Amino acid sequence: MRVEFAQSMINAFDKNDNLVFITGDLGYMALEKVQEKFGERFINAGVAEQNMVTVSASLAHEGFIPWIYSISPFVTLRPYEQIRNDVCLHNLPVKIVGNGGGYGYGIMGATHHNIEDIGAMRILQNMRVYVPFTTSDVEQAVEQMIADKSPNYLRLNMGGKINHPVAPFAQWRKIKDGTKGVVVGTGPVTENILNSELADDLEVWVVSVFPIVELPGELISSVNATQKLVTIEEHNGECGLRETLSYHLMNHLTSNIKILALAASGYPTGKYGDQKFHQAENNLGGEGLQQELNAFIG
Amino acid sequence: MDKATHRMLLYGALNIKNRFLGMYKQANAGHVGCSLSVAEILTFVRFGWMKEDDEIILSKGHAAAALYSMLAEDGTLSDDDIKTFYKNDTYLAAHPPVNKIKRIPFATGSLGHGLSIAAGLGLAQKLKKTDKNVFCVTSDGEINEGSTWEAALFIAHHHLTNVIWLIDRNKLQGYGRTEDVMKLEPLDKKLEAFGFNVLIADGHNFESLNDAKLQASDFGHPIAIICNTTKGHGWKTYEDKLDCHYLPMKDDQYSLIVEEVKYDFEKRITAIE
Repeated sequence: MRVEFAQSMINAFDKNDNLVFITGDLGYMALEKVQEKFGERFINAGVAEQNMVTVSASLAHEGFIPWIYSISPFVTLRPYEQIRNDVCLHNLPVKIVGNGGGYGYGIMGATHHNIEDIGAMRILQNMRVYVPFTTSDVEQAVEQMIADKSPNYLRLNMGGKINHPVAPFAQWRKIKDGTKGVVVGTGPVTENILNSELADDLEVWVVSVFPIVELPGELISSVNATQKLVTIEEHNGECGLRETLSYHLMNHLTSNIKILALAASGYPTGKYGDQKFHQAENNLGGEGLQQELNAFIG
Repeated sequence: MDKATHRMLLYGALNIKNRFLGMYKQANAGHVGCSLSVAEILTFVRFGWMKEDDEIILSKGHAAAALYSMLAEDGTLSDDDIKTFYKNDTYLAAHPPVNKIKRIPFATGSLGHGLSIAAGLGLAQKLKKTDKNVFCVTSDGEINEGSTWEAALFIAHHHLTNVIWLIDRNKLQGYGRTEDVMKLEPLDKKLEAFGFNVLIADGHNFESLNDAKLQASDFGHPIAIICNTTKGHGWKTYEDKLDCHYLPMKDDQYSLIVEEVKYDFEKRITAIE
């Protein structure tokens, strides 16, 4: 999604006269054209994310829309208090872009992964989190974030090929129908459900903006009808989709619903590999996912 | 500095101190020494240096009462506002609030944010090509924070000469003396190595602060002014002691501080008349 994001910024620059792009010393082979386009509005703030966030808060206070970019944990968790105090408490339109949410950085290891970012960001006051599902979502998400006057976090990940028509970027989208259970996923990991052997039987939704405010009536009806709900996220379930969706569903359930919550627990074996390896280790992909689905829906 | 300006500053500082001492007494609150430390610095920046549309960031937000009192002195806050300090349903909390008061663009209180705030405001003015300056008053203890040094690198690298950094160098921090907790000296050399033109001033003396101002205008580099001060300046019981950071004033102490502030003012005003 990084390529699509860079192109989105280049496209947005011509339509908006108040964009500033700040990188935390990353972007090799990705941001060169953004730098060329933005000129003096492109700043490499160095490996100094705390300062980068607060500087961007001040720029937003002065009428700019700053986009700050780094690897996901470095731009969310490292400068967390700066995001909370200087950006979110003041409700300033700073746009935080974290590349490689979840296990996106694969073999780079645990320090470069982020399975807490959506939770950490979504609970901050005024913050809205954008999680694209497909590569073509990215530009639409960027456009919506520019129009969004709140602080935002954009979680970029590897986008795969989805063999179903996908509606334009929105908080809730139904990807396909199915009768044996309902899946709600966030981010590209949802694709693993669509590629599973039970895909035909499942109704699949993606949620792409947090916090969740309300649920689509159609989703509630489907959950009550099938009585089976699967959540999937490349993220910690405690503070992620599992927790927030459960809360919002609670008041709408008419019968005893069974839930299969597929989430990232970390590093079960302590070993490292590519993104698919970590997804498989956490039953978010591969045979582990298939077995979980078979046992739950089967 | 002409006599009229000096006189105006002395009266300003007297009013600002008396007002915040009253606020602290009424609230039975601590941080008295922190405000006494920075009172002349704030007075000088607001009434002796900054232009009307310049910004001032009090990074050491725990001296908020001094900032509120300064804002009452310039008419931003009313007497009725000041009476709400520390009470329920007030905007005037112990640390500066979010999005509520003109001239307080950012809430502060967590140390190490203010210099980055100033850096961002300075960068914004540079991009907008305005001549606005941004004054940032930090404590010395918060120079422990890595983020302060991130901001210092950024200001120097981006040549933000519109940011003027004043350090309230009272040599006391939260739980000890700065040189015992985490040695800062030689602070001037460190700041120079980071790319700043460093000036040293007596942070309680307007002539000294004015000398720094005059020298600062000649520089083409970012400016840091180490303002040597005394925490609890004028509170004889606890002057230069950790206690003045935390303890509220007892009735007899309050009377003595008010007397001392008055005596100090009279001595200074007599010297210039």
